[in-house]
Amino acid sequence: MEKQKKGYKRNGIFLLYILLTSAGFGTAVLTNLLVPQNAPVKFRQYILGFSGLQFQIDINDAYRFVLFGLMLIYTSIGIAAWFRKDKRKKYAKNAAFRFALGIALALWDITGTKYQLLPQPFFPGPAQIIEAYLADGAYVIQNTLYSLRLYFVGFSSGVLLGIVTGILIGWFPKVYYWVYPVLKITGVVPAVAWMPFALTMLPTSFTAAVFLIVICAWFPISFLTAQGIQSTPKQNYDAARILGGRQLNLIFHVAIPHAMPDIFTGITTANAMAFTTLVMSEMLGQPGGLGYYINQSKVWSSYYKILAAIVIMAILFSVINFLIGLVQKRLLRWQKGVVR
Amino acid sequence: MSSEITISHVNRVYKDADQNTVEALRDVSLDIRPGEFISVIGPSGCGKTTLLRLIAGLDKPQSGSLKIDGKAIASVDPERGFVFQQGSLFPWLTVKRNIAYGLKARGVYREKKEAIARYIELVGLQGFEHAYPHQISGGMAQRVAIARALINEPKALLLDEPMGALDSFTRAALQDKLLELWKSNGITMVLVTHDIDEAIYLSDRIVIMTPRPGKISEVIEVDLPRPRHRGGSHFLAMRKKILEVFELAQALPQPEYII
Repeated sequence: MEKQKKGYKRNGIFLLYILLTSAGFGTAVLTNLLVPQNAPVKFRQYILGFSGLQFQIDINDAYRFVLFGLMLIYTSIGIAAWFRKDKRKKYAKNAAFRFALGIALALWDITGTKYQLLPQPFFPGPAQIIEAYLADGAYVIQNTLYSLRLYFVGFSSGVLLGIVTGILIGWFPKVYYWVYPVLKITGVVPAVAWMPFALTMLPTSFTAAVFLIVICAWFPISFLTAQGIQSTPKQNYDAARILGGRQLNLIFHVAIPHAMPDIFTGITTANAMAFTTLVMSEMLGQPGGLGYYINQSKVWSSYYKILAAIVIMAILFSVINFLIGLVQKRLLRWQKGVVR
Repeated sequence: MSSEITISHVNRVYKDADQNTVEALRDVSLDIRPGEFISVIGPSGCGKTTLLRLIAGLDKPQSGSLKIDGKAIASVDPERGFVFQQGSLFPWLTVKRNIAYGLKARGVYREKKEAIARYIELVGLQGFEHAYPHQISGGMAQRVAIARALINEPKALLLDEPMGALDSFTRAALQDKLLELWKSNGITMVLVTHDIDEAIYLSDRIVIMTPRPGKISEVIEVDLPRPRHRGGSHFLAMRKKILEVFELAQALPQPEYII
């Protein structure tokens, strides 16, 4: 008997998956075009300029443009997967969710923009969120870059400091004795509690926020690094010593590689805490950043701008998590179950 | 290039988890001849691994002396290779990098890196250079451990039950591999094992140890011609003789209980 092929392996059925993916966003576009506008929403015109060309669009045009963009992206991924058989399974699996996403956008459009069924101004429609980017574009980008800069300076110093402290604690019993209790007691305090001190004692508010992110990353990373170093099996050290390894070799080629999975657990934990600390310190005393932007928008009751900032955070932090995941996968590839 | 190891009147006492004193070794003396294949057998707790760790320099005796080629053993030395029971490979390094570890640790990687391929071939692991330890079988992992120890060109190889966790087919194959390596290198081999057949099959001499306190109860010369036959009558006679030594040793210190 011939073996039954799985659905997505057949070209015809995979085509249906591609269509299903686009159908959701297509519905959202049609909804935006066909459902009459009932609520009194102002559709301002914005002028966009790209290298000499100028477009005049209103926020509904921009929203449909984004939907088209999503449709285009997912269809191209689908077409790429058509030729790469190994990618098909994942694409087919996500098709239903992406369809639902499109339908959800359509429903949101109706309840938010078209009829304004939800209490305003707390629940704007998707087009209004895009309006925030059109109206405030350059300012949003400026604040996003500020957040990014703060995050990278703070988090990378925190990771570095955490790993170094963790290695020292894990390797030298004296350092463990004197530093570990301090770390254990101060480590449980949320970093933002130090904000008043940071703001008064450090020269700029930027360095103050960097300091807060550094200490929030420092505790979990040094704690887990130390744990990873201390749990290195004695036999690994014995083997390394017999093969000619001296102290530095044992630290860098035995203890640290062994601690690497724990170090990454620490980095992942610290990363989530760093996002919180970043946004909170921006809301409480920074001249810029997405947290600052949220605070400023709140004053004017521009909830659509707050949501716009939240959307950027969601995307930005997901990308950062993804990048950390990539580095982790590369450095810990020895833990992977199978050979390629 | 092989070493003579002289052990005289060595005592080693340590405290276990409950602070009880355990006499791991009591007055142990043994001369290991250069290029000899010697096995140390005995039940668990007889101090055979302690003895091997002392020779390696991983541990120090309370009294007595250990010498290698006339020099006192003070610390570990790449001249004495060591193969652990199992799980001593670095899981984060590939087979090739595990084998290369000794060269890197001693700072001679640049000059001697051609040797890596030779040792991979020697233990028959071609094609697995880039596999990680958890991706290969237990027998292969032990061959990696042997190659890793040999790449430092030791004058003596100390093996701590290297085949203890392997199935009998893999074990037999690895024993032959070990003999082959010994014949071509001519280095001194000290094998700790609890397998009597393995000891007879491989060794020139067998040291029998008994526990509580750990001491050498007899040293038996294995005068069978090589290659040896695991089922031959001389082999079986030797086996019977060793078993008798153990029975005799166990029959003596029976504690008496009055109920």
